[in-house]
Amino acid sequence: MRLRLVPTETAFDFFSKWKLWVGFSALLMVLSLAVFGLQGLNFGIDFRGGTTVRTESTTAIDVGAYRDAMAPLELGDISITEVFDPNFDEDQHVAMIRIQAQADGEAISGEVIETLRATLDGVAPGIKFVSVESVGPKVSGELVQTAILAVVLAISAVLVYIWLRFEWQFALGAVAALVHDVVLTIGIFAVLQIKFDLAIIAALLTIVGYSLNDTVVVFDRVRENLRRYKKKDLGEVLNLSINETLSRTVMTSVTTLLALISLYVLGGDVIRGFVFAMIWGVIVGTYSSIFVASTILLRLGVKRDWSKQVTTTGNQFSNIDA
Amino acid sequence: MLQIDLWKRVLIWLVCVTGLLLALPNGFYTRVEQSNDAAAEIIAKGDTPERQMLVEQWPSYLPSSLVNLGLDLRGGAHLLAEVKVEDVYAARMDALWPEVRDALRPERANVGSFRRQQAAEGQIRLKISKPEGMARALEVVRGLANPITTLTGAGASDIEVSGDGDILTVELSEAEKLASDDRTVRQSLEIIRRRIDEVGTREPTIQRQGSDRILIQVPGIGSASELKAIIGTTAQLTFNPVVGRGSDPDAPAGVGNKVVPSLDEPGAYYTVEAAPVVTGEQLVDAQPAFDQNGRPAVNFRFNTSGARKFGDYTAENIGSPFAIVLDDEVVSAPVIQSHIPGGSGIITGNFTIEESTNLAILLRAGALPAGLEFLEERTIGPELGQDSIDAGKIATIVAFVAVLVFMALSYGLFGIFANVALILNVALIFGFLSLIGATLTLPGIAGIVLTVGMAVDANVLIFERIREEIKSGRGPARAIDEGYSKALSAILDANITTFITAVILFAMGSGPVRGFAITLGMGILTSVFTAIFVTRLFIVMWFERRRPKEIEV
Repeated sequence: MRLRLVPTETAFDFFSKWKLWVGFSALLMVLSLAVFGLQGLNFGIDFRGGTTVRTESTTAIDVGAYRDAMAPLELGDISITEVFDPNFDEDQHVAMIRIQAQADGEAISGEVIETLRATLDGVAPGIKFVSVESVGPKVSGELVQTAILAVVLAISAVLVYIWLRFEWQFALGAVAALVHDVVLTIGIFAVLQIKFDLAIIAALLTIVGYSLNDTVVVFDRVRENLRRYKKKDLGEVLNLSINETLSRTVMTSVTTLLALISLYVLGGDVIRGFVFAMIWGVIVGTYSSIFVASTILLRLGVKRDWSKQVTTTGNQFSNIDA
Repeated sequence: MLQIDLWKRVLIWLVCVTGLLLALPNGFYTRVEQSNDAAAEIIAKGDTPERQMLVEQWPSYLPSSLVNLGLDLRGGAHLLAEVKVEDVYAARMDALWPEVRDALRPERANVGSFRRQQAAEGQIRLKISKPEGMARALEVVRGLANPITTLTGAGASDIEVSGDGDILTVELSEAEKLASDDRTVRQSLEIIRRRIDEVGTREPTIQRQGSDRILIQVPGIGSASELKAIIGTTAQLTFNPVVGRGSDPDAPAGVGNKVVPSLDEPGAYYTVEAAPVVTGEQLVDAQPAFDQNGRPAVNFRFNTSGARKFGDYTAENIGSPFAIVLDDEVVSAPVIQSHIPGGSGIITGNFTIEESTNLAILLRAGALPAGLEFLEERTIGPELGQDSIDAGKIATIVAFVAVLVFMALSYGLFGIFANVALILNVALIFGFLSLIGATLTLPGIAGIVLTVGMAVDANVLIFERIREEIKSGRGPARAIDEGYSKALSAILDANITTFITAVILFAMGSGPVRGFAITLGMGILTSVFTAIFVTRLFIVMWFERRRPKEIEV
């Protein structure tokens, strides 16, 4: 007896309501961009400059008291949040204090941190600074540029690769799906105001990789079926291909999600934002490879007169120009 | 149909076994680490029974490379410093001024009297009273220029002299500025490295980033401020007369003398006079150069008072050695060949070009050549790192078990084959990471967990394909064969695209992000290997033994 998430034979029609799906995706993208425009992202210090201090104490955290104690230090804008995590001990109270970038280009000095620690010790005796990170505004500006460049580069490299391996219509479909995924991920970060730092960029690129993985598997099958069923129209072939690969798509998404969810729950609060981005990306990426990439491929149409006749054996990897 | 050549089988097994062996030390992290540290200490400080015992904790015939733990896992400090390279320009100009003055003095008849004017940093501006003598003044001052020795700046001179009316301006040429910036950053790097090595922490990372930045990561240090204090200390450079040379660190030194070890010859000790002739504060410059025989050497120059003292001393001590001592270690002990007046001299010896360059750097390494601006500071406490490791471990194990169970439930025996391959896969990742000495960071652990999830993808693709082939009525052997060959193009395409993003991440990212890119990239390579070679080998071996009439995947 085998565990089957998807019935052996499926014949869903993925394109009967394609306008609905495209509309839905477009709406989500517009909403994401709107929230991003209105509310912005909760940029971490990597991108905005400033200092974060992670404190740990045995006494419960009183945000107001912390704030009052820090007021005389005149550090500018300060935000204090308490951190909760199932891994923490009973008397382990963790807070993140964020201090805005100071006027000069440098990171915050050690003396300031020491003063801060001494000050907070008055409120929460025995408080420890388990991590202090400080980034000067000079670097953070560059980090933003590098991050944007990395995402753009990744997407264009992929565009070129798929274009070489498939047809330009496939490449456009795949890249539309990627842009969709990236925009929706930025959207959810803007909506939930989760800290957006360098690690999230890594997550974004992984999402790009994962979504692509999914899209490529579907496209690979489309390419094969296009050669096999010369008479069927593109919509039918696409539907067939998605149905054939559906079991695999679901299997892989589920195993990946299983791994990511255990990391989300048990992996500690430090990487929770990062893992959240990836979980979201896996879900969105799976959705987009079916409903965005394939729909766009359907609308763009594909050249059907394949010059080489490889109908029975399927395609081999070496037939790059097939 | 289902055949794999013997040599391929052997190769596949060899790769797996090698990967497992390379990964093995990480399973006994503390023990291997202690053993490695003790082995390093024996080389550095000599053998003791305790150290020998620690070394023997791990058998020497097994690999002993470990995956380095990143700062976010081990705790420590991270600094990104920008070297203020412009600081050097001003110092160079100030050092040049006396030369300009001395060169122009005999030319008073042509240029008239001259006076230094207020000028921007890194410039000398001179006002001469006879503007018609400007051409001559330019000629004289240009005569002070030196050709630049770098590859790119070949043929260029180090200073740029221009005249405008009665104002003569001297500044470093663009080529020299570039060369000087490079030297300044390299010197700073070298000094910082020496400072940190002295503290003796394990595996510090000191890297140049871009043209003028230095990244410093030191695991196990208490805070970034502590690290800054270490870097900030100035080195103590002295030139001392040598009394004798020997191999006994406890030799009686005599009154006013001290015994100092040699920097690069282990076991050699010099007895030197404790009072230095001159100190590093009096050194203005040191550059790699060549002596009259064309052998690599080092040019150095003192300021006026240092020059006088050094000149007097060398005149009296031709033929005897003097020691260049840096932080109580003898960098080199050349023999004085001749009286060295004028405060500049040359150190010759059996140098290679690289050694002379390094010595020049070291000589100037007395103090940081330029100020440092700290752009990024991060301190991660060891407790937080340990918490992250613990959480990461549990999460990885749970993720692993969940995926294993799920695969076994979905694909039965084939799922178990895939599971064994998955375990091998993770071992291979760790083996690779240890082999190249990569650093594991917290996002890196996430990368491994993600790989665990995604590594099964290739197998899923194959198994689903085999299912389809069985459904369309093929026999077991044929179905397996077709399944593998038809899934191949999808597997490769999917993994190459993901690999491209991993490479871009690696190239563009830094620190933790890079750690993530490495594990992700490795994971892709090993998962493709295990999926298309290892599971296939398992299935073929199983198939050969059983010869089933029908299979269920």
